[in-house]
Amino acid sequence: MSGATRLFFIFLSAILVNNFVLSRFLGICPFLGVSKKVDTALGMSIAVTFVMVFASIITWFLNVILVALNIQFLQTIVFILIIATLVQFVEIFLKKTSPALYDALGIFLPLITTNCAILGLALLNVQNEFTLLETIINALGAGLGFALALIIFASIREKLELNNDIPGPFKGIPSALITAGILSMSFMGFQGMITL
Amino acid sequence: MKIITNGLFKNNPTFVQVLGMCPTLATTTSAVNGLGMGLATTAVLVMSNMVISVIKKFVPDKIRIPSYIVIIASFVTVIDMIMHGFTYELWKTLGLFIPLIVVNCIILGRAESFASKNNVFKSFLDGIGMGLGFTGALVILGIVREFLGNGSIFGLQITNLKLYAMILPPGAFIALGMLAAFFNYLGTMNLKKKKQQKEEK
Repeated sequence: MSGATRLFFIFLSAILVNNFVLSRFLGICPFLGVSKKVDTALGMSIAVTFVMVFASIITWFLNVILVALNIQFLQTIVFILIIATLVQFVEIFLKKTSPALYDALGIFLPLITTNCAILGLALLNVQNEFTLLETIINALGAGLGFALALIIFASIREKLELNNDIPGPFKGIPSALITAGILSMSFMGFQGMITL
Repeated sequence: MKIITNGLFKNNPTFVQVLGMCPTLATTTSAVNGLGMGLATTAVLVMSNMVISVIKKFVPDKIRIPSYIVIIASFVTVIDMIMHGFTYELWKTLGLFIPLIVVNCIILGRAESFASKNNVFKSFLDGIGMGLGFTGALVILGIVREFLGNGSIFGLQITNLKLYAMILPPGAFIALGMLAAFFNYLGTMNLKKKKQQKEEK
């Protein structure tokens, strides 16, 4: 497989085939938590994509250092610390440079530290031994995949909230989970389309 | 005792608080996997709860969250290595989700809302209660999915009726949705009963 095709396949696989939310089960908490309105879903997905790309780049370089020093077992600790710091840094940076964007993303940023999609992505990049360019593409794909799932789900849920025919015990989270199940079923259609 | 049952039933982390959904959905393809994940999380939760309640007085308020995360991450690394050494098969199936215990909201949530306010013994009990509540939920979901998807419970073959979809991702969402609805139903029935009893009195 030539370089460019491989990159394209990594990108497509991260968005559709191995969608982070619907087939890898990463980032379910924000998926259920902030999917009541399309606007907030959009804000969250932009914030997540943003942090994913930056975190992937930094953790890639860090991993090179860890491997050089032969202390890979510290991976989890180092990665989560870097992600927490990065999120804080992005928050402060945005506050100073673009208050408009900060207002839009502000409330979502602290939540991202405990979003397992970010740490999961960093660990997956290392496991798959991606090059720096592949890592960036994979992060971008993962972020867009997250955004796609979250926005589709939010628009379904907005309609679902208006429906009064749902039986009592199914209101709220249960009906949301079953909706996610059906959505995930449709994403299963992409399964096996690309093997890297 | 009250602290333990609080985590097990009243404030069950999975069904009532809806926390830690990622491992709940991802690792419950069979009852054994669910049990393994639950116990690993319980171990981390109990130890980090205890350590955090010991050091709560020395940690400045501003950096408490990062320091909690470092403590949790250290214990996760320990558990990761232990599982790699002793339960290699389970370690391989759970894979990515062992390091991801770090970002399980239940652990940080308990550290922030319980361990940082209570003494060591109470925090220990809370860790056990919440951990077992989480494990119980994972095992129930694991049993349901394994039985429907593979016709077996804890690897013991019972029927040949297999709905493969239940082991695949969509099955996880749907099974958990059904279970959550069932627990909601039980909850409302309980409330109704209590109301009736009060009215009778």
